Amino acid sequence: MWEYTDKVREHFLNPRNVGVIEDADGVGEVGSIACGDALTFYFKLDESGKIKDATFQTFGCASAIASSSALTEMVKGMTLEEAEKITNEDIAEFLGGLPKEKMHCSVMGRDALEKAISCYRGEPEKKVEGEIVCECFGVTDREIERVVRENQLTTIDDVTDYVKAGGGCTNCHDRIQEIIDSILGTERPVKQKTPALTNLQKIKLIEESIEREINPTLKKDAGKLELIDVDGNRVLVRLGGTCASCAKSPVTLKHYVESRLRELVSPEIVVEEVQ
Amino acid sequence: MKVIYVDNNATTMVAPEVLDAMMPYFSEFYGNPSSMHSFGGDVASKINAARENVARLIGAAPDEIVFTSCGTESDGTAIRAAIESYPAKKHIVTSRVEHPAIKNLFETLSKKGYRTSFVPVDSKGKLDLDYLYDSLSEDTAVVSLMWGNNETGVIFPVEEISREIKGRGILFHTDAVQAAGKIPIDVNQTGVDMLSLSGHKFHAPKGIGALYIRKGTKFSPFMIGGHQEKGRRGGTENTASIIGLGKAAQLAAAHLQENGYDRVSRLRDKLERTLLENVPNAIINGDPANRLPNTTSIAFEYVEGEAILLMMNEHGICASSGSACTSGSLEPSHVLRAMGVPFTAAHGSIRFSLSRYNTEDEIDVILEKLPPIIKRLRELSPFWKQAMGT
Repeated sequence: MWEYTDKVREHFLNPRNVGVIEDADGVGEVGSIACGDALTFYFKLDESGKIKDATFQTFGCASAIASSSALTEMVKGMTLEEAEKITNEDIAEFLGGLPKEKMHCSVMGRDALEKAISCYRGEPEKKVEGEIVCECFGVTDREIERVVRENQLTTIDDVTDYVKAGGGCTNCHDRIQEIIDSILGTERPVKQKTPALTNLQKIKLIEESIEREINPTLKKDAGKLELIDVDGNRVLVRLGGTCASCAKSPVTLKHYVESRLRELVSPEIVVEEVQ
Repeated sequence: MKVIYVDNNATTMVAPEVLDAMMPYFSEFYGNPSSMHSFGGDVASKINAARENVARLIGAAPDEIVFTSCGTESDGTAIRAAIESYPAKKHIVTSRVEHPAIKNLFETLSKKGYRTSFVPVDSKGKLDLDYLYDSLSEDTAVVSLMWGNNETGVIFPVEEISREIKGRGILFHTDAVQAAGKIPIDVNQTGVDMLSLSGHKFHAPKGIGALYIRKGTKFSPFMIGGHQEKGRRGGTENTASIIGLGKAAQLAAAHLQENGYDRVSRLRDKLERTLLENVPNAIINGDPANRLPNTTSIAFEYVEGEAILLMMNEHGICASSGSACTSGSLEPSHVLRAMGVPFTAAHGSIRFSLSRYNTEDEIDVILEKLPPIIKRLRELSPFWKQAMGT
């Protein structure tokens, strides 16, 4: 049995705003009887452009009915600009959460709301955007991309839970995986590869790093670092100012100077002091 | 709130007599039946008495009964024994409406290179016998067909099929988990080679099943271990549950003898008939003329099964659904799909499965509570008014 929150149960057993608005300003229909759930959402605006009334009719399971009921409650009093910012997560959150496998019910709510707003604005009925990936539930690559991005989904099961794609014959699983991979691949923060430096570039970078980063910090303690030579990854330095007589200078050298240069120049850097 | 339990194809109440029979084997008589002392040996003789009772329920000889942990183990043992016994044969046959214990096993074997035939059914759930017989060849190792369907209750003509298969060197296994204890079964008259049954479907506890293996049938054990069950199933016996299964089998046999299921089927028929009279667009899934006496699957068009179940749950009524939403999958049950039940109906299918413990009063409560639930959900549904053309 599903673990529904009390709020889901409550909205399922006593759904708010059931019915049709005959002279609705916007109507959005999503889903189908074949898919196992469907929702028709209606709204009516007042003179100031705020949603005065919202109703629904839903064929579906408890969470589909509860999500629809929640949506109608959430949008009342909102302007369309406010309403269109509602995400499927917002609907799920309003209900205190939905079982993961039922998240598609919240997506259905969001889709119906969007359709109803487009309908009001007289935007042409959007043709199916993208290519159908899941034949069983008629889900396109665009829809899958969107839900993966918006909900940070990472697996095929996630996608099935949110938009049903892949929940039937499973033939499209490879394609769904490709879509997930391409999104994770492009949107994952790409690790910056440090290009190999020439000796000259490396020496310049070390010089710059000491001047801009390291000496200003040491200066606070009236210390100073002088670059003597660079031999491969060995950086030979002389400590000046207070550093020269400071008992902690070997620590400063290893823990601060070396680690900064490793970060800024190359992980192979070894710092050595020359007297 | 009083629970009205009409989900007996899922599991059943342990009969009070069964529980009483089992209790001493948890406390007083805890000996190991294999031991060389009478404290254990006495338990062994009780197990054999239980074996006789289970054998009697299906017309078998006691040594043709092997105790297992459940129906799934019985099914798996039977099929694996069959293919291991005939390693040269690479074709296996079953139907499209089997329980997952068989369905998923056959799908797994199919991936491992077995040629697998899934015999279709018609819109009433009746097996396509021509397809079945045409599929058989010298390469066929085993045919496995359920006796009674868990979702619709539809009974396959096991005896007729068995006659057709006999003498062709093909093993015939039947998953009788839903049939055993509910309808008379005689393995000799039927001629099946192997038969699976499960205790918790007829008032024994969960975790105990049995596999009938006809004498002379080639067999290799699935659980390899000690000499228990004559080497056919290793592992120390689940003594208390075996005693419980024996008692449950005895009670079921007596109940069948007294035609006790006539009362159960009368209650089922009353429930079904009255619902169909009072709820428009309600359809029976399956073959009313050929069903288990306790089962009915009714499709309520244009509403969704999970919603119906949860609303019934508010009144303590426990049933189940073939709808997608209840299973965690997204498609309605494979049984209803195999039957070609339209989506308008499949998603709103509810299974009621009765037992000898149900009363007429309980049926009356369901008849009072359910029609308003369907009406209410149809008012919520955008398809109902469309369908009614208003």
